[in-house]
Amino acid sequence: MNRRALDDLFTRVRAEGRTAFLPFMTAGLPSPARTVECFEAMADAGADAFEVGIPYSDPMMDGPTIQVASARAIEQGMTLKGGFDVLHRVVEATGKPSLAMSYANPVFRLGPDEFARRAADAGAAGLIIADLPLEEAAPVAEACDRSGIGLVLFAAPTTQDERLERIAARAPVFIYGVAELGVTGERDEQSDHPRTLAERIRAITAVPLVMGVGISTPVQAEALAPYVDGIIVGSALVRRALESPHPITDIAEATRSLVDVLAR
Amino acid sequence: MTVAAGTGHGARLDRPDDRGRFGEYGGMFAPETLMPALQGLATDFAEAWADAAFVARFHDLLEKYTGRPTPLHAADHLSEETGTTVLLKREDLAHTGAHKINNAIGQAILATRTGKTRLIAETGAGQHGVATATAAAYTGLECVVYMGEKDIERQSLNVQRMRMLGADVVPVAAGAATLKDAVNEAMRDWVRTVETTHYIIGSAVGPHPFPWMVREFQRIIGDESMCQLQGEPVDVVVACVGGGSNAIGMFYPFAGRDDVELVGVEAAGHGIHTGRHGASIGAGSPGILHGARTYMLQDGEGQVLEAHSISAGLDYPGVGPEHAYFADMGLARYVSITDEEALAGVDLLSRTEGIIPALESAHAIAWVAKDADRLAGKTVLINLSGRGDKDMDMIAEKAGIG
Repeated sequence: MNRRALDDLFTRVRAEGRTAFLPFMTAGLPSPARTVECFEAMADAGADAFEVGIPYSDPMMDGPTIQVASARAIEQGMTLKGGFDVLHRVVEATGKPSLAMSYANPVFRLGPDEFARRAADAGAAGLIIADLPLEEAAPVAEACDRSGIGLVLFAAPTTQDERLERIAARAPVFIYGVAELGVTGERDEQSDHPRTLAERIRAITAVPLVMGVGISTPVQAEALAPYVDGIIVGSALVRRALESPHPITDIAEATRSLVDVLAR
Repeated sequence: MTVAAGTGHGARLDRPDDRGRFGEYGGMFAPETLMPALQGLATDFAEAWADAAFVARFHDLLEKYTGRPTPLHAADHLSEETGTTVLLKREDLAHTGAHKINNAIGQAILATRTGKTRLIAETGAGQHGVATATAAAYTGLECVVYMGEKDIERQSLNVQRMRMLGADVVPVAAGAATLKDAVNEAMRDWVRTVETTHYIIGSAVGPHPFPWMVREFQRIIGDESMCQLQGEPVDVVVACVGGGSNAIGMFYPFAGRDDVELVGVEAAGHGIHTGRHGASIGAGSPGILHGARTYMLQDGEGQVLEAHSISAGLDYPGVGPEHAYFADMGLARYVSITDEEALAGVDLLSRTEGIIPALESAHAIAWVAKDADRLAGKTVLINLSGRGDKDMDMIAEKAGIG
């Protein structure tokens, strides 16, 4: 699979007048043996695409839930190679476009070309690198181009319009709108930030906009749906993978309730 | 722009390039949420540092509040013991007991200038936490300090000092519960609070502009030393290196001179061969840690490895990017000293000079003692970056005294 799979997805959901759902799950959760099954259950529940978290030792952009998940996956033997293998099996099993989520150090440790090639070989459609801003993105963006996959760039509530224009001009496969200030994690309240940011981005570019960080409930997702092409939910699902006695059933149910509100 | 350097060396850099790089090191590998703040900070600092009134206020506070200049002490007894002429730059005598106050004061008054109301910091040994808590108390700003649980345990005196100064000390249990994890947690706080908060990073690490800004606030150590030498030659300048703020502050004014050798002493922990150490330059490889490209400890897939040192301040798997640049350019060389040797260094300085050094600084003392034969007849300037009160429990336990 390649970047085209994501381009097609956003064309399709726009035509259908709905919002795509892209759940995040740490590779290796809820357990190494059941991780692919977990992604399959989310696909069956209506997920459109996946963000597969390659566990990293120092996830600076992640809150406690995904930190614990990453540490647990690493303890249970998950590696970069293992993460790409999970992604490969997920794509084979579900046919859904999938992005590998990681941090800058593993990418540069392997070298951007090698990293992008391995991701592409595993069937990834793109990369999400949490600590790779516009200024440092060029070598990775070029490597992704050479491997035919897409690089996602971020926009945050703090990003000024002039900067948004430069981010959009890079033509990322989509813009990851950081809905709330802070790291990943569930929040009770939703601020005005996501809607304001979505409107600012919409006024500047037609590049698909997917929002995540701090979106965890159907109510929060539904409120944002009219403004975005896709919604990412991570921590709320990962928490179930960590804590639930029946993680896969629970995750499928949570996925379904999110997909339902986004289909309206 | 560069300044002239001696033959056989690369040149030191006035400031990093527009991308925040010292050669191929440094940069800004940060979440997008922080990027506008980092770029704003680079501009704000450049403006402040070019503003004579700001610089004058900084120097006035260093003099009247923190007690600068710190003395340059001719350590005659240690000199006799080691057969070298040892000079000690007494940063341990600065207010709060270490060089960390130079940077904390500088960044705190920069934060007030830019309208921030809250300061956050990470701390390892607690010296930077105490310095930030002090600067926050003085400037009237709210203060939160992140500290690894393991460090809270081994540096309890500094935890009490921070709390007395009104800071909220937040324990960090993630990872190894040491300095690296405290930096992660402070960064996470900052991603949430960046609109009101300034992050006073404690060493010459992190994304641009921190390594540059911290070096500029700390170069007072080297600049003062140069003055105090009054033209007397010095052959070797030695400082311990964790993140490397005391070392870069001491080294920078001397860097590129043919007649002075700069030696950074990293933590060898249990010994480099055991894998339990903090020698990022000596035994690490280039990677990206806490927002900057630099030497670091990592595995083949880029997972960060845990560092080890008896000294909490050197227990860090990375190093400031300007040190990485200095190492590659041959502007300084980097060696390492084990936990055991550092403890002997504490003992040596205490006995000969009546000065109990911090475990961090003791690494520099120990290297001079260890290399005494080669250094015979030379003049060696050691940056005594901090005092050892905070380490008494640990030292007593290891030495079986007390």
